Amino acid sequence: MDYFAQQLINGLVLGSIYGLIAIGYTMVYGIVGMINFAHGDIFMIGGFIALISFLVLVSLGLTAIPLILLIVLLVSMAITALYGWTIERIAYRPLRHSFRLAPMLSAIGMSFVLTNFSQVSQGARVKPVPPIITGGYTLHEGSQGFAVQLSNIQIMVVLATIVVLALFTWLVSRTRLGRDMRACEQDQTMAALLGVDVDRTISMTFVIGAALAAVAGMMYLLYYGLVDFFMGFVAGIKAFTAAVLGGIGSLPGAMLGGLAIGLIETFWSAYFSVEYKDVAAFSILIVVLIFMPTGLLGRPEVEKV
Amino acid sequence: MSATSARPSHAALPSGGAFILKKALISALVALVLFSLMIGVRTEAGPQGGLIYWTRFGDLAALVATVFGGSIIVELLRQWWGPIDKDSLVPKPVQSAMSFAGRWLAPALLVFAFLVPVIFYDQRYILDLSILVLTYVMLGWGLNVVVGLAGLLDLGYVAFYAVGAYSYALLATNFGLSFWVCLPLAGILAAFWGVLLGFPVLRLRGDYLAIVTLAFGEIIRLVIINWQSLTGGPNGVSGIPRPTMFGIPLDNSDSGLAARLGIEFSPTHRLVFLFYLILAMALLTNWVTIRLRRLPIGRAWEALREDEVACRALGINTTTTKLTAFATGAMFGGFAGAFFATRQGFISPESFTFQESALVLAIVVLGGMGSQLGVALAALTMIGGFELFRGLDQYRMLVFGIAMVLLMIWRPRGLIGHRAPTVFLERNQAISSDLVKEGHG
Repeated sequence: MDYFAQQLINGLVLGSIYGLIAIGYTMVYGIVGMINFAHGDIFMIGGFIALISFLVLVSLGLTAIPLILLIVLLVSMAITALYGWTIERIAYRPLRHSFRLAPMLSAIGMSFVLTNFSQVSQGARVKPVPPIITGGYTLHEGSQGFAVQLSNIQIMVVLATIVVLALFTWLVSRTRLGRDMRACEQDQTMAALLGVDVDRTISMTFVIGAALAAVAGMMYLLYYGLVDFFMGFVAGIKAFTAAVLGGIGSLPGAMLGGLAIGLIETFWSAYFSVEYKDVAAFSILIVVLIFMPTGLLGRPEVEKV
Repeated sequence: MSATSARPSHAALPSGGAFILKKALISALVALVLFSLMIGVRTEAGPQGGLIYWTRFGDLAALVATVFGGSIIVELLRQWWGPIDKDSLVPKPVQSAMSFAGRWLAPALLVFAFLVPVIFYDQRYILDLSILVLTYVMLGWGLNVVVGLAGLLDLGYVAFYAVGAYSYALLATNFGLSFWVCLPLAGILAAFWGVLLGFPVLRLRGDYLAIVTLAFGEIIRLVIINWQSLTGGPNGVSGIPRPTMFGIPLDNSDSGLAARLGIEFSPTHRLVFLFYLILAMALLTNWVTIRLRRLPIGRAWEALREDEVACRALGINTTTTKLTAFATGAMFGGFAGAFFATRQGFISPESFTFQESALVLAIVVLGGMGSQLGVALAALTMIGGFELFRGLDQYRMLVFGIAMVLLMIWRPRGLIGHRAPTVFLERNQAISSDLVKEGHG
């Protein structure tokens, strides 16, 4: 039971990270109708920028950890958001009325560009960081010496996810930008006729998605203590699986799907085999698409001719 | 339709020097922020395990300056060329010259391909490289059936390549079956996996399909890595037997080909044999594809690519159409995989990563989806280009990615050629506006 509780905690933390990335996929798919294949790599870039800015801040003599973390968070969100904006501008906007496979292929190319850009600029080796946030609580002392631990970093990941999600939900449901986004999702032509700047709204979608991915990247860095140039690929597919599982286009669905994928992966590693955890996640993607293409909270897609 | 009347808004765009300068400055500023940390600061794990970093502001400044200059040049070029149209990108005389050349290029290339081992008999490197190119030509033609003809975006094509390679490797090393027995088996097994993959994804649209095939390719690779008792895991399978010329081995033993013909043995013989083998297999792929394209099933594939809904409305069974496309493409992938295994003598999961799938896909896209000659030329360009830049190993995938994005922006239907459907209605028919959905007539 203790083992189960511990895995539940680990799964929820991992799921929060996946959920944050999944929101980027689901938002872009909802509005533009394309899979932003490069989104996993945006997450990776976010992790790298968090790492570098952290190093620079520490060497500049800053010692207050909360202040450093706040600055790192803001810097990585800002710069990664600019990456999202630039990618949309360069690789996706010119293709908006191209044939249907073009944006996907362009996104694959962009994914290669980002992966190899960070490999070339930062080297291929894994970058470890010492644990920045240490300590934690022992929730329950088990009988066989197994204790259920809840570390401070886990608390922080979950808290940060909740705060960011609350902000994001407010943005989508209460602001002018959120209303524009929902309008574009329903009907771009009509939204444009009613004075919504469609191009700007789509750009902002990418910006927000990338900023959320940067939060996920920073949390990943703090939680696992390492980044490498290839981590975006697998994390990206898993987050996409989460978006599909939750129902693509649905924002709460993406978070729910992320948590589900995180839990499934953790429990699979804990009770079956660590080697096949990625196989399990990818199989879920295939199974969901076959039996439940609309996902948990998605709307059925109506095919218009 | 002239360019000016088509885009009246273009004239209204500002075009002065101040505008260009402003745009370039913004680009440079964006580049500065983007690259500030990623290029300006280099991190590396230090000797004690902790991270160290050093700054590279010179590189950063150079890159930002490049973006600034590049932005000015691009903007000037854009104003000089005017709005980009299909017609202005490739002038009419060039187009007609290309179509004339296209008629003679294919036979000329074929003759040249047959003569390659004769011309370059002494140059082992060129022979090796041309075998590699032909392998990719065959993979490209195989994937062309799925992507180019049927319009199904397959990001996991390398899975079938892997199935073929491992089928041959395991059958040959465990049961001692010969290459010629295993070749059809590898094709059949790969086709079987193609159908297996095809079934669940039948209902999916383009993008979903792409991701599922990608996941499928990764699953196959992960299973190969982890099922160590069967596949040897990351260590791969070694000691895969070389092919024989219908039972006659190509070595320097007494029963070898050289001894039987009474000529002196040379290792190049096997290379030449492998070359003609892959050439024959590639040509078989091409021939089958061309023939299939004239059959109802090929027409159905092309129709499916153009419009799936219309296909269904016309009573085409999309299920069997998609499945046959998957199976045919996978079968050729399996053949190529078996050839790859016998050529290398050693295979490992390293050879079957997503990058490989993307490379084959890029060949098909670059060649102009559906065009056989285009795919062959694209394979030659890509693999040759990769060889040219062998020294710049870490940059080549970066350049590859950039090229793919630029290609999609400038010529989404392919750089070299585009094959229109084999049959299509020549005349456009006017349809009353109230019969069509708004804006999509």
